[in-house]
Amino acid sequence: MNSAAFIIIAIVTLAAALGAATLRKLMHAALFFAVAFVGIAAFFFLLGAEFVGLALVFIYIGAVAVLIVFTILLTRRDVDEDRGFNWGGAIIAVAVFGALAWSVLKTQSLAITAPHMAALTVKRIGEALMTTYVWPLQCVGLLLTAALIGALILVTEEKQ
Amino acid sequence: MTPTLQIFLMISAALFSIGLLAALSRRHAIFILIGIEMMLAAANLNFIAFWRFGPQHQPPIGVMIALFSIAIAAAEAAVGLSIVIAVYRHYRTTNVDQLDHLRG
Repeated sequence: MNSAAFIIIAIVTLAAALGAATLRKLMHAALFFAVAFVGIAAFFFLLGAEFVGLALVFIYIGAVAVLIVFTILLTRRDVDEDRGFNWGGAIIAVAVFGALAWSVLKTQSLAITAPHMAALTVKRIGEALMTTYVWPLQCVGLLLTAALIGALILVTEEKQ
Repeated sequence: MTPTLQIFLMISAALFSIGLLAALSRRHAIFILIGIEMMLAAANLNFIAFWRFGPQHQPPIGVMIALFSIAIAAAEAAVGLSIVIAVYRHYRTTNVDQLDHLRG
């Protein structure tokens, strides 16, 4: 793992996530959301999980970010900008980060470097999905179908 | 210096906190969903990091959990955003502070 690449990806990801969480313009925040997910996918690539990184790019940037942009455009008449910011949420978020960081840094057994690993090929993932995880896979297929039908029912106009 | 597991966990903790910040402090329903998606992605990053740094198994459990979690997050985003559109159609607003019709 290259440390320079790691630092650049970390800075870009966290800055984009912070932008998505705090920017006032809805559309800018949605685009920063997409950039943050590019960074997370790059982390997955660095960690050797290329397939999950690609799946993340396809699903989040290809589908979810576009869906968010569409929703912003469809509900635009409301407000173009998000007014009002609840500072209590910021305090809670900082407290949660402090607790998590303290517990991570305090645990000595987590200060390890990555062991050598055989490359994770798509063949291995496919074999696992089709043998050990075939029931969860079917359940996810059913869940996605149900979610699709549910989303369609929710947004269909009611006839007067 | 090569990155240790701790650094990945710290980044994922920061990402989770930023998601929590968006989910708790924003007034706009779409941003609450964006925050929830970021928290789910932070959890996925944790799963992948522990898979990479832990003992190697066949099948790769961490990768599998992350894949299923991404699929479920996609379903959640689709249903959540359609709920936002349905709510907007009824109340003409997506500000969660104004959606208090169920309050007693």
